[in-house]
Amino acid sequence: MASVALTHLDPASRAAARGWSDLTIRNLFIIPTLVFLIVFNIFPLIYSLGYSFTNFAANRSEPWQFVGLQNYRELLSDDHIWSNFIITAKYVIVSVAGQMFVGFGLALLLNRSFPMKGLITTLLLLPMMMSAAVVGLFWQLLYSPSWGPINYVFGLGDFAWLSNPDSALYAVAITDIWMWSPFVMLLSLAGLSAVPQHLYEAAAIDRASWWYTFTRITLPLVSPILLIALIFRTMEAFKTFDIAYTMTTQPTAELIAIRLYKQAFQQWDTGKSCALAYIVLIMVLAITNLYVKYLNKVKER
Amino acid sequence: MAAVRTSSEIVLNRAAIVAVLIATLIFLAPIYWIASTAFKPKDLAVSVPPTVLFQPEVTPFVRLFTKRVQMQKTVDPQAYEAAPWWEKRIYDGGERVLKVGTDVQLSQYPDRFTNSLIVAIVSTVLAVGMGTFTAYGFSRFKIAGEADLLFFILSTRMLPPVVVAIPMFLMYRAVGLNDSHIGLIILYVAFNLSFSVWLMKGFMDEIPKEYEEAALVDGYTRMQAFFKIVLPEAATGIAATAVFCFITAWNEYAFALIMTNRRAQTAPPFIPSQIGSGLPDWTTIAAGTFLFLLPVAIFTFLLRNHLLRGVTFGAIRK
Repeated sequence: MASVALTHLDPASRAAARGWSDLTIRNLFIIPTLVFLIVFNIFPLIYSLGYSFTNFAANRSEPWQFVGLQNYRELLSDDHIWSNFIITAKYVIVSVAGQMFVGFGLALLLNRSFPMKGLITTLLLLPMMMSAAVVGLFWQLLYSPSWGPINYVFGLGDFAWLSNPDSALYAVAITDIWMWSPFVMLLSLAGLSAVPQHLYEAAAIDRASWWYTFTRITLPLVSPILLIALIFRTMEAFKTFDIAYTMTTQPTAELIAIRLYKQAFQQWDTGKSCALAYIVLIMVLAITNLYVKYLNKVKER
Repeated sequence: MAAVRTSSEIVLNRAAIVAVLIATLIFLAPIYWIASTAFKPKDLAVSVPPTVLFQPEVTPFVRLFTKRVQMQKTVDPQAYEAAPWWEKRIYDGGERVLKVGTDVQLSQYPDRFTNSLIVAIVSTVLAVGMGTFTAYGFSRFKIAGEADLLFFILSTRMLPPVVVAIPMFLMYRAVGLNDSHIGLIILYVAFNLSFSVWLMKGFMDEIPKEYEEAALVDGYTRMQAFFKIVLPEAATGIAATAVFCFITAWNEYAFALIMTNRRAQTAPPFIPSQIGSGLPDWTTIAAGTFLFLLPVAIFTFLLRNHLLRGVTFGAIRK
């Protein structure tokens, strides 16, 4: 009787009757990963949420006290922190705008067939695969005031890009644009190659101008993927630490992540830095949410 | 491309290709500069005007790997004659290689490089291994709240490293994992796992379900079907995911800076710390940077057809 019933079941359940059930396998495959992520990503965050309500200092052994919302109140009324956020906003706007412009521009140029296109595209992608800290290091050599090639090429003489308070942030942003424009280029190329060719042919028959074709056909069809690139780069630029930290010590280039690092590991103001970490975290998660939403949208197409 | 092309279109096309070539040269110039500095004689690295063409030498790499001291007096000619070629290059620079007995003392660079290799390889194997199983689970089985779980997994990737590092530092200090390989490996697995799950899920979704179903009908268990049918089909995806995870771990800076300082320190925090104060020896720093960037450059070429997929967490294929 039982064997008769089994022949009527779908293949998956018959297999289940032999080995482990699909349910067991599913749990075995998924639960360890979830547990690992909870233990090493979520639990630490709960731990630091607790500390954010205390005056704990990790380099002292005296007992800490519960201070309620005092850390958050102090942070939100601290002009220094606000200026870090403003510096970060400036940095995000300049570097992401630069990347979108350069990256999309390169993609428009590359979006045609020519010899060695594959090789050239890959060469252009090299910067984004490199370690940001090491990129920051060797751009110091390029920016060197007296013997650096950048100042030589542009005839800037002794201009000290990285130790001049007015230019340090922008020098870092230029390096970031060099490093991450290829990312925007890569996504834009995918968007451009997905535009149906017959639309361009129809436009050509109608003798549409280049500008008309660009604004009415290219841009609208590529914009979903450009938006993905924009949100992702905004999120990453907001979190920037490595490249700016290795390049300059100028207070005018102190991004929020660097402020957080200093507060936690140089001033050892652990409780307060946990609170600042939470403020940053909530902002990052808001952008992440937006990013995943648009990523799923593009995925469904 | 339209079938009929006007002459102005052809000119525009050629101009665009020239612009691409110029842009490529500009983008590669910084990489050329660091790579060429690694082979320059010391004085040419900081020359004015900057030196573009020169007789390359490997002395910076000899300096990179050895411990040296400045010599007080000139070298004894007999010792110079007896020295191997690379040691002569050091003598030529007015320095001598430090030795214990006859053994050359190595600089810290090979240690840091090895640490980077250990941490990146072990964390990649673990992240890709776990990620492959989990991706299969998400790809093939019905899971309540699947979209939310996947968002949760991806969101762990987006956490700013410094934010996670503060509590992890305290926890590691409590259990003695600071400045240990295992501590860093755990952090890198946690960081890469979400990426590996998302990317592998994309690859798994592309393997037709019918393959396993046929195997199940033929009497395979689900586990056998997974190991004998699905895994071989997913080999390319696993390799691409592994290379991405390796590069991420290899390049990582913030965790390594905070969690390690000596024994387990990897190359990214070590290389910039060599600058120190005063006039840095850029040729030696460039040599270290060059060797560190070389594997990434090679991997980028191997990965070229998967880069788009990798940077969008598998959402955009092609």
